[in-house]
Amino acid sequence: MPDKHAQHKSKYTSDRLIPGAFAGETVTRRRLMTGGAHTAGAIAASAFALPALGFAVGPIFKSEPHHWETVGSVDAFPDDNYIPQIITTTPGIGEAGKTTVYLRKRNASIDIDKPDQYNQYIAISTRCAHLGCPVRWVDAAERFICPCHGGVYDLLGRRVGGPPVRPLDRFYTRVVNNEVQIGPRYSVNSELRRFSPRDPGEPIDGIGQYMYPSRPSARKL
Amino acid sequence: MPKLPKLPAPPIPAPLRAPPPRPGDGNGNGGPIEQGKEAGITVVDWVDERTMLSGSMRWLLFRKVPKGNWFYTLGSATLFAFLSQAVTGVFLAMYYRPDPSGGAYESIRYVTNDVFLGQFVRGMHKWGSSVMVILIFLHMARTFFFGAYKYPRELNWVIGVVLLILTMVMSFTGYLLPFDQRAYWATIVGVNINGTGPLLGPYLSDFLRAGPEFGATTLSRFYAIHMLLVPGAIAALIGAHLYLVTKLGVTAPPWSKVEPNPELNSRQA
Repeated sequence: MPDKHAQHKSKYTSDRLIPGAFAGETVTRRRLMTGGAHTAGAIAASAFALPALGFAVGPIFKSEPHHWETVGSVDAFPDDNYIPQIITTTPGIGEAGKTTVYLRKRNASIDIDKPDQYNQYIAISTRCAHLGCPVRWVDAAERFICPCHGGVYDLLGRRVGGPPVRPLDRFYTRVVNNEVQIGPRYSVNSELRRFSPRDPGEPIDGIGQYMYPSRPSARKL
Repeated sequence: MPKLPKLPAPPIPAPLRAPPPRPGDGNGNGGPIEQGKEAGITVVDWVDERTMLSGSMRWLLFRKVPKGNWFYTLGSATLFAFLSQAVTGVFLAMYYRPDPSGGAYESIRYVTNDVFLGQFVRGMHKWGSSVMVILIFLHMARTFFFGAYKYPRELNWVIGVVLLILTMVMSFTGYLLPFDQRAYWATIVGVNINGTGPLLGPYLSDFLRAGPEFGATTLSRFYAIHMLLVPGAIAALIGAHLYLVTKLGVTAPPWSKVEPNPELNSRQA
């Protein structure tokens, strides 16, 4: 008896003794039809599944145009205390799209970040760097304090207590026609170096900046 | 010997006589109740003849179960909590508007204060969600302490864990829908907790929010996940869960002292 495995070595179906094989045929018609039906089904399923998936995950990769909001004249803000300002981060959804920003003039004797055109005014985000609750500036303690889990930050927004993993976020500011404008958000590490905006709870010191990658759609200015 | 002519049989006393056939038994000549019964049986027979569902129903409902206790009812209690959530949720959806600029809160206020039985139905849904989570954990504890997760029921445990996670997703997404201060900030914190997962976390929280900030479509996204995506998955997985329970049978409690079949023992030896 011949070795049955030896028979399968030929690429021709007729050599493999498959019933109904044509001469010169390498794939049986049944196998071709099965593969074709599977392929057609996969194409039909992807035709609705892939657009739906892209539709759902699309907003992750969409970059919004920078929005600058005028908040007041240049002499309305002291350089040793914060003035709360309400700005709109998401238009069209009412109160839910607004956030409070603490604003003061840059003070060369306090601020340690490198001065440039975007930080002549310091705009501190109230979004806690722990999990995003709204912090408030407590004047008597000279601290930002978070009501949710007890995060505490100093005058520059650096963490001095509680669970936050990095300093408070900031906003770019600029002066146009003697008016202060607040622009997009950015995050800072513990040395107040700028990073593209990260979500709360994501450290950006050391390995953190690689563990929590930046958004492809949001870059530093 | 010539046959004697038969005497007529004496009348049988009334109590010993067989009862006459009742009207409607088999001939359909009875009153409207009998006819209604016949019609019902006819309809069920018609469906069963074409679907053979009665066999499946017998397989599902009339199976042998070990002598258990009340802890064995926790699974069906969870199922009924889910059904209650589904029914009340469908009717709440008739009034709810996922509009973040005030409409969502207003529609919930309207349901609670103005709709007839609205506060009751919303209360069923709101408190029922907690009841469902509690029942799931009790059911899970029963399965664990009775050893009902062991071979061959591991896959059913895995399906149950997925159902637990999906129920948590329901609780999380449903929490935002009233869109009051508590809902908003709880969702901010919850989404940011998702974001603390390394590497994929930031993308997950962006997916949940539909962008880097809480935006115009975050609420409708949560609403769609809450009422379309996850309930469908839960219903399908409950079907798989119940199929495996029926297929594999219910575990006997660990204290059960049923003697094993000696024939099986001898065959093993």
